[in-house]
Amino acid sequence: MMETDTITAISTPIGEGAIAIVRLSGTKAIQLTSEVFKGKNLQEVDSHTINYGKIIDPQTQEIADEVMVSVMRAPKTFTREDVVEINCHGGMVAVNRVLEILLTKGARLAEPGEFTKRAFLNGRIDLSQAEAVMDLIRAKTDKAMNVALKQMDGRLSGLIQRLRQDLLETVAHVEVNIDYPEYDDVEEMSHEVMRTKTREVHGEIEQLLQVAKQGKILREGIGTAIIGRPNVGKSSLMNTLVQENKAIVTEIPGTTRDIIEEYVNVRGVPLRLVDTAGIRETEDIVEKIGVERSRQVLKESDLILFVLNYNDELNKEDVKLFEAVKGLEYIVIVNKTDLEQKLDLDRVNELAEDRPIITTSLLQEEGVDELEKAIANTFFSGDIDSGDLTYVSNVRHIQLLNQAKQALEDAMEGIELGMPMDIVQIDVTRTWEFLGEIIGDTASDSLIDQLFSQFCLGK
Amino acid sequence: MTYNAGHYDVIVVGAGHAGVEAGVAAARMGAKTLMLTLNLDMIAFMPCNPSIGGPAKGIVVREVDALGGVMGQIIDKTYIQMRMLNTGKGPAVQALRAQADKALYSREMKKLIENEENITIRQGMVEELIVEDGICKGVVTESKAAYYGEAIIVTTGTYMRGKVLMGDLEYESGPNNQRPSVKLSQNLEKLGLELVRFKTGTPPRVNSHTIDYSKTEIQPGDENPRLFSYESAEQAIDQVPCWLTYTNEFTHEVINDNLGLSAMYSGMKRGTGPRYCPSIEDKIVRFNDKPRHQIFLEPEGRDTEEVYVQGLSTSLPESIQHEMIKSVPGLEKAEIMRPGYAIEYDAVVPTQLWPTLETKAISGLFTAGQINGTSGYEEAAGQGIMAGINAVRKVQGKESVILDRSQGYIGVLIDDLVTKGTNEPYRLLTSRAEYRLLLRHDNADLRLTDMGYEIGLISEERYQKFLEKKQLIEEEKQRLSKIMIKSNETVKQIMDEAGATPLKEATKAYDLMKRPELGYEAIERMIEPNDALNDEIKEQVGIQIKYEGYIKKAVEQVNRMLKMEDKKVPEDIDYDAISGIATEARQKLKKIRPLSLGQASRISGVNPADISILLVYIEQGNIARLAN
Repeated sequence: MMETDTITAISTPIGEGAIAIVRLSGTKAIQLTSEVFKGKNLQEVDSHTINYGKIIDPQTQEIADEVMVSVMRAPKTFTREDVVEINCHGGMVAVNRVLEILLTKGARLAEPGEFTKRAFLNGRIDLSQAEAVMDLIRAKTDKAMNVALKQMDGRLSGLIQRLRQDLLETVAHVEVNIDYPEYDDVEEMSHEVMRTKTREVHGEIEQLLQVAKQGKILREGIGTAIIGRPNVGKSSLMNTLVQENKAIVTEIPGTTRDIIEEYVNVRGVPLRLVDTAGIRETEDIVEKIGVERSRQVLKESDLILFVLNYNDELNKEDVKLFEAVKGLEYIVIVNKTDLEQKLDLDRVNELAEDRPIITTSLLQEEGVDELEKAIANTFFSGDIDSGDLTYVSNVRHIQLLNQAKQALEDAMEGIELGMPMDIVQIDVTRTWEFLGEIIGDTASDSLIDQLFSQFCLGK
Repeated sequence: MTYNAGHYDVIVVGAGHAGVEAGVAAARMGAKTLMLTLNLDMIAFMPCNPSIGGPAKGIVVREVDALGGVMGQIIDKTYIQMRMLNTGKGPAVQALRAQADKALYSREMKKLIENEENITIRQGMVEELIVEDGICKGVVTESKAAYYGEAIIVTTGTYMRGKVLMGDLEYESGPNNQRPSVKLSQNLEKLGLELVRFKTGTPPRVNSHTIDYSKTEIQPGDENPRLFSYESAEQAIDQVPCWLTYTNEFTHEVINDNLGLSAMYSGMKRGTGPRYCPSIEDKIVRFNDKPRHQIFLEPEGRDTEEVYVQGLSTSLPESIQHEMIKSVPGLEKAEIMRPGYAIEYDAVVPTQLWPTLETKAISGLFTAGQINGTSGYEEAAGQGIMAGINAVRKVQGKESVILDRSQGYIGVLIDDLVTKGTNEPYRLLTSRAEYRLLLRHDNADLRLTDMGYEIGLISEERYQKFLEKKQLIEEEKQRLSKIMIKSNETVKQIMDEAGATPLKEATKAYDLMKRPELGYEAIERMIEPNDALNDEIKEQVGIQIKYEGYIKKAVEQVNRMLKMEDKKVPEDIDYDAISGIATEARQKLKKIRPLSLGQASRISGVNPADISILLVYIEQGNIARLAN
C-alpha cells in the first residue's frame, strides 16, 4: 500500500564531520548498494551486519570512498523496509559522490522527513509507537523551525520584514484601487512607481542571495577549475595551492591522494579543485569541444583560474579561452614573471575587462599571497567571519529567496509588457508570500511541503 | 397550544436576499418549499444602499446567476443605472454595479416568488425551532402555527434582537423600523448556538427636490450598459445619474463637536462594526488630517424622491444630522426624509457551520446571509443559493455541493466564514481571493453553468446555448492559432494605431494577440472575421489568449491547493486520540472540524506540524473515530 521505491539521503548533518552516513531504504536498497560495492556480496550477508569495502563509481571504475556498510533487512529496521547505511570516511566530497552514484543507479533522493514518514506508515498499529513517532515529528518540525529562525540573525529577519512591509504597502495600494475604484483619495498605482519598487526589492534580494552563496560556498567549497594552454604552469599552481594550504579532509589510509588534494582551504575559502584529470582535459578544451560547449563545462565551476604565460605572446588559443570565460567568475594569473616578458599586458587587461589579474612566479613562490587574496575577495568582500554567514546557508531560505526573486522578476516582466496593475500585483503578492515563509509568517497551501523539507535530511 | 400548519420539504425563514435565493433554488430543485417572512411588503428589500454589485460583489451576482439564481435577472429588470467598474484595469477585477430601483426590485422579486410553483409564501414571525434529538424538524410562529420540514434554512438578516441606535435614542427594532426577531435569537442560544453581537449603520435619506445638484458633479451610467444575467435580454432604458459632493471642515466641526452624542462614541454600542464601511464619525476620528470625504448622492428609485447619501452613515442624534447635512455643498437646503441610524444585532458565529451552511450542532438546520456575520446583499444571495441547494440535496439524499476557493467568490466567502470565522461583519474583497484571475466577471458562466445544470437549476435551453458558446470559444482559439499574419499595409496601419511595434516576421494571430496593445478587435481587422461570434465570445477569446501565461500559473497553484482539498478528513475523527497535535490546534480542529486537510491548514492556530501529523494519520488510514 505504501511507496516501495528505494530512497536515499545523507543522514548526517552536512558539514565537515569526519564520518558521514548515506542511508537507503526500500525494496532495492541492498541490491543497489551491492552493485556499486566492492567487498562481500551484500545480497548474501546476514542481516544486521557491518561490512567493510569500497564504493566504486561504475562509470569510471574509480574508488569513490572506503566504507563500512550496515545491511539491515526488513522488517526489523527503522522503516520496516530493507535499510542500508553506508558509513563514509572521506568527508563531504566523498559522501556526495557516493550519494550521486546511488542516485544514478536508480535510488530516489528522499524527501526531507521521508524516512520518518515511512517508518510511521509501515509501522504496526501501536499507539505508543505512534506517539513516539509523532513526538519525533513534532520535535523535528519545531526544531527545524527554531533552528531556521535562530540561524537567521536579527539583521536578516529585520531586512525581510522591511521588504515585506514595503511590498505589502504596495500591494495594499493596488488593492484599494481595485476594491474602491471611486475613492479619489488614493491615486492609481502607476507602472512607474511599481517599477521602482520592484527594482529596489529585487536588488536587495539579489544581495541576500549573494551572501547566501557565500554561506553555501563555506560549506561545500568553491568548484574551481584551472585552465590555460599547455606549459603555462597549471600543475605548479595546483601544487602550490595544495602545499600552501592544509588539506581539509582527514587523511585516511586507502583514500586516494587525488581526492584529498582536491579540497583546499584558501584563507577560509574552501576550494574544491576540479580533479587532475579534469585539469588535463581543459588544456585543449576549447579546441576539442568548441567555445559553446566548453563554456557549458566551465559554467559549472564557481571559479576559474585562468593561467597565462608571461614569457609567451598571446595567441589565438588564449583569446578563445577569454571568450569562453566571459561573464564567468574568473581570475587571470600571469605566470612565469621570472622569465622575459613577451606577453602584451595591455591587451590582457583589455580582454580581462574588470576581472582581477595577478602576476606570479610560481617557481619562485612570488605573487601567491596576492593570488590567495584575490580568490578570497572574489567571494567575500572585506573581512568576513565564516561563522556569521551560515545563517543564510539554510537551504530552505535560499530556495525561498530564489523563488521570491523569480516571482519579482515575473512582476517586472509584466510591468515592462504593460500588463494591468492587478495582474502585476499577483506576482508581487507571491514575492511577499515567499519572503513570509522565510520568517514563518505565511500560511500558504504549500506549507506542508515546506514543513517536510525543514526536517533534517535523512530522518 | 400550537396547530399543525403543514409539512414541507424545505422551510425558509426570512425572505431577504439570502432567503429568496434559498427558496427559489429549493423550489426549482423540486422541493415543496415554505417561505416565512415578517412582512410580505419587504421581500428582497434593500435596507441600506440602493445598489447591487461592485468589485467582488458584482462577480458574486454573476456566479449566483450562473448557478441558476435570481438576483441578476431581477436587478437587470429594475436597474436605473449600470456601470462597469475598473475598466482601466485587468479583466480579473472588472465588475458590474447597478443602481437599483429599490421598491421595484422588491416588487419584482415578490412577483417572482408568488408565481413560483413549489413555493408557499406566508407572513409570520418564527419564534422557535422544533428540534428533536439534535435534528431540526420544523418551526413554530408567534401565531402558534407549527410547520414541519425536512430542512430549515434561517435567513433572518439583522433582525435578530435588532436594536436601532441614534444618539441616545435606542429601541428594539429590525432595520427600517421593522419588528425585530427577539425570541428566535433566544431560542437559538438555548439550542446551543453561539451568537455574536454585530453592528452596522446607514446614512440619512434626503428629498431630491431639496438638493442643489448644480453644486455637485454628475456621475452618469455607462453608455452601453452590460447586464448581470446570462438570461436577460437587453433593453434600452433611461438611466438616472448619481451625484458626487464632499464633506468639508464645517461638516467635520459639527461631527467633532458632537462626537459624545453619537451612539458610536457614547459607549452604548457593544456590537462590532465593519472597518471597511465606517460611519462618518469613524472617518473623521481616524483620518482627522483629511480635509474632505466623498459623498455620493444615489437615487433610491424612479418613483421616489428619496436620495441615499452614501458616505454619511451615522448614529448621531437626529438634530445633529440636520446640521451635518446642511454643511455639505448641494445639501444646504436638503430635507432629511429618514435619519441615519446604527443597528446592532445578533449573528451566528459562522465557524459553527459546515461548508454546506448546515449547523454542526443541529442536523437539518441551515443558516445563510447576514445572520452568518456577513454584510451585503450579494454575500447574502451567494450563501442563500448554496444553502438552498444543499438543503434540498440533503433532503434528497444526494451529495453536498461545496464550491472551493478556485471556483468562485462564493466559495471564498463560505470557506472564510466556516474556517476562519469573522470578528466584524464580513464583506467580500477581491483581495480575499487567492485565484482572482480565475474568478472573473466574464467567465462566471464558464465556471459554474455546468454545476448549475447538474443541480437542476439551469434550463436545458440555456445549457445548450452555453455549450455552444463554449465550443465557439474553443474553435476560435484553434482558428487563431492556425492563421499566420504577415506585415502588409493594413496590418501596419492597425499596429500603428495601437502603438505596437511593427511586425518583423509572420506571426500567428494567436501569438500576436498576446501583445498588450493588441486586443481581439485589432487582430480581427487583420484577418478574415468570424461572423459566428458575438462580442461576449470575442472578449472571452481575447482574455483567454492574452492572459494565458498568468492563467496557467494560477491553475498550477489551484492544482496544488486541490491536492490538499482532496485529502478528506473524516467528519467523526477523534482529535483527542491523535497524539502530537498542539493543544491550541487540537481545540481549533475540534471546533471547526474541517472536512479536508486543505481546510484544516487554513485554520489560524493550526500550524504545519499539526497538519503533517494529521496527514500521516490520514494516509496511514488508522484514524480513531468518535464513539457516536
